[in-house]
Amino acid sequence: MIRDPQDLQRYSAPERANHWVVGMSFILLALSGLAFFHPYFWPLTHLFGGGVWTRILHPFIGVLMMLSFTALFLRFRALNGMAAVDWEWVRRAKEMVNGDDHNMPEQGKYNGGQKLMFWGAALCMLLLFVSGIALWRAYFTLPVEVVRLAAVVHAATAAVMIALITVHVYAAIWVKGTIRAMWYGTVTRAWARQHHRAWYRQMTGK
Amino acid sequence: MTLQTTDIQRRSATTSPLPAVNQHTEVAKLVDVSACIGCKACQAACMEWNDLRPEIGNTTGVYDNPVDLTDTAWTVMRYAEVEENGTLQWLIRKDGCMHCADPGCLRACPAPGAIVQHGNGIVEFHQENCVGCGYCVTGCPFNVPRISKKDSKAYKCTFCSDRVAVGQAPVCVKSCPTGALRFGTKEQMKDYAQTRIRDLKERGFVKAGLYDPEGVGGTHVMYVLQHADRPGLYAGLPAQPGISPMVELWKGITKPLATAGMALVGLAALFHYVAKGPNEVSKDSEKEAEKEADA
Repeated sequence: MIRDPQDLQRYSAPERANHWVVGMSFILLALSGLAFFHPYFWPLTHLFGGGVWTRILHPFIGVLMMLSFTALFLRFRALNGMAAVDWEWVRRAKEMVNGDDHNMPEQGKYNGGQKLMFWGAALCMLLLFVSGIALWRAYFTLPVEVVRLAAVVHAATAAVMIALITVHVYAAIWVKGTIRAMWYGTVTRAWARQHHRAWYRQMTGK
Repeated sequence: MTLQTTDIQRRSATTSPLPAVNQHTEVAKLVDVSACIGCKACQAACMEWNDLRPEIGNTTGVYDNPVDLTDTAWTVMRYAEVEENGTLQWLIRKDGCMHCADPGCLRACPAPGAIVQHGNGIVEFHQENCVGCGYCVTGCPFNVPRISKKDSKAYKCTFCSDRVAVGQAPVCVKSCPTGALRFGTKEQMKDYAQTRIRDLKERGFVKAGLYDPEGVGGTHVMYVLQHADRPGLYAGLPAQPGISPMVELWKGITKPLATAGMALVGLAALFHYVAKGPNEVSKDSEKEAEKEADA
């Protein structure tokens, strides 16, 4: 299927599929995890076939997310190193949020905010996985002090992760022309030129 | 699960008012360690009344049998041999749920109604609401709840709430041949404990005392100890049990704080869009890009 031949390829099909697996498992984990976090969210267990099924499924979905996230991490790790220009972007992030991107430094494939998001999510994922293992009573038995610490770490990190992903999703909704990159992989030249000028130059030679 | 009760004081993972028109006097079991002969009649009676049939285990060279609480052994005798000043003391403690006034299991439980505390102080697990997460094990300061391998539900001593509800003593108390186990109101048991403690002190146990730890708001299973200054002698009875600060943090401030934080981020995103509008590619940028593409 050919859309505009001028469009730029931002993500390959395997990259998109990988991201979707991570995204779907995140949504399922957030919904099932919240159910155990606060009584207000308990009705969410109905989405998974009741409390017992929610308890059984959550850790397995967690393993799926850890595996798919690791694959995504390895794919994009090299593109997410923080450079001086990225810290400059982060310092000016307030202007960006206020809707004025004229003074923002030129960005490569990812801007400073996206890169910090990448590392933040990776750190959260690591903490959630390690603490999640300690809480998985069906297969692991650890000293109770470790389990207690893990419970706090798991809950607090999950809240941070949910907040991070909320920002991640909102950024994609806010910046028009972004979500199509997640669906079918391409962005318009104008989009690339405005938001990721350095990447645009690299892709088009302009 | 017993008959419906309307004396519920606390209920796990529930924030709305509880059925509590009936308020009963607090009850208690008193375990007088100094009068226990370790006959295990209470263990046998517990299995009988509650119809529990643990798997046949192995002897391990000590009297403790089974060696630990299990999903089908809700009370076990722990035999501690303490050698001091050239004497041997055999300190035998009946272990099991302490029925805390402030139960860590109930605080940690995420399943509504899986753990309730009755007006008389009995803490009960309702297995039909239990999801098997094991948070009660994480919350308990006494290492009491056990998850069944068979059905993944949590089990522990029920205080024979079915018997107590109809005015009977728990079956362990009923079966005790020496009077080491007593049942009554909490006040009665505290009073009776004082007479036992006086007696023990007269016999030279100057540190004799009642174990009714403050850290969990007191318990509805209390011990008379010959050495109340050193509960650890009794097979590791904790000296100052309390709900772990980690559990307090997890089930306390984290819940409202994280919930509010997540909601705020979502709302901030929504209102940012409402206030600032979408971040669209400018017309200029589009023209420039087109120009560059044609060039």
